[in-house]
Amino acid sequence: MADWFVFARENLPALLHGTLYTIAIWVVAMIAGFLAGWLLAVMRVYSKPPLRWLAVGYIELIRGTPLLVQMFIIYMGLPQVGIVFSPLTAAMVAIGINTSAYQAEYFRGGIRAVRAGQTAAGRAIGLTHAQTIRHIVLPQAFRIALPQWANEVVLELKYTSVAFAISVPELMGEAKMIGANTFRYFDIFLVAAVIYLVLVTVVTSVLDLIERRYALRH
Amino acid sequence: MNGSKDLMRVSGLQKRFDNKTVVNDVSFTLAPGEIKGIIGPSGAGKSTLIRCLNGLEPVDGGQVWLDDIELTARRADLDALRARIGFVFQDFNLFTHLTVRRNVTLGLIRVKKMSRRDAETVAERELARVGLANKLDAYPAELSGGQQQRVSIARALAMEPELMLFDEPTSALDPQSVGSVLRVMRQLVAEGMTMIIVSHEMAFIEAVADDVLFMVDGAIVEEGSAKQIFHHPEQQATRAFIDGIAAAMVGDIENQATSA
Repeated sequence: MADWFVFARENLPALLHGTLYTIAIWVVAMIAGFLAGWLLAVMRVYSKPPLRWLAVGYIELIRGTPLLVQMFIIYMGLPQVGIVFSPLTAAMVAIGINTSAYQAEYFRGGIRAVRAGQTAAGRAIGLTHAQTIRHIVLPQAFRIALPQWANEVVLELKYTSVAFAISVPELMGEAKMIGANTFRYFDIFLVAAVIYLVLVTVVTSVLDLIERRYALRH
Repeated sequence: MNGSKDLMRVSGLQKRFDNKTVVNDVSFTLAPGEIKGIIGPSGAGKSTLIRCLNGLEPVDGGQVWLDDIELTARRADLDALRARIGFVFQDFNLFTHLTVRRNVTLGLIRVKKMSRRDAETVAERELARVGLANKLDAYPAELSGGQQQRVSIARALAMEPELMLFDEPTSALDPQSVGSVLRVMRQLVAEGMTMIIVSHEMAFIEAVADDVLFMVDGAIVEEGSAKQIFHHPEQQATRAFIDGIAAAMVGDIENQATSA
């Protein structure tokens, strides 16, 4: 046990360096997925067929295929047609695209759950359709979707680990490399697991606070 | 088109849901300062009718005019017209994610393009007017039904509407709250606000309405002064409805006497 702590401390700097990559991938992907998710949800609920079908097709395609396949297509497949990403960028793009489809579905559920009377009240004071969506429906939809959205945020933090498969030196990639050099796979993956656990605990606590702050009061 | 000085004119209004006619050939006029009550049994189409008057429900036939502008015209600027008409819902429909203050300022800022500061001044004034100056920072869910309804009246009044539509404003309230909302409405009557009120509060309608429409099955059965409708109805159906309510009230009193 004492030996494990010594080993963990020796390798901590390398793992923490990898953790920075993990956080970078996660933050960029989540923000991109958040913005694209809203756009897709609004397109799916409010737009007319050609645009709506586009949103539905995108969402179902992404949700129907594995993240790893999506990432390999972006990193290894796209160069064939002349689009080349660095491993880090490819991971951000792939995870961003992946989470956008899931976030879109949670936001769509939220939009659908906003009571009709809220929209009617918005229109009754003279707000336009777009203003009603922007100032009444979407803020309430986000509050309704918040528990599921928070879950997605935490899931994606852990899914960033697939980026090691395209040689991004994030937490999992660093751990695997150290394991290969020391043959202490069990010990190093245990350290990596503890770091993920700490990250997830911090993120979950922050999200709990947000949820409590914004939960609909009725 | 609208030669008289009526504020609102409704002509041959039709509204169907699927194949059921909910509003059938309704016509009336509303003069500035007039209080019009709409009464009738549940399912008579009263709420649907009043929702047609500010375009919340698209109509299937007939016209609604506000001044010289046809609200039911295909190219009508409904958003601009709605800003001139206050609407109070049965179940309040306050914006649940906004404080009382911001419920009132939203329309002022987004529709009337007021500065936030000016909008807040108006909100504070209107909320004081309905007796809720101390609830500015509360969320709707923290208020009683009567308080929520008064906020919704303040939200409508803040837009300085030319007329107010009330869709059963006290039906969702407990008896204690009904009084507080009716007091605010009486105050509006005294100030000369033009109003159309759908309500089951017969005593209130009788006391404030200049003109009463009695509706059954989507159609106006009888229109007349409050005195005529409540005391000298010409139609058998009206008489039966008024007598039925009186009988029900007597029944309530007898029930209370028996259970006490």
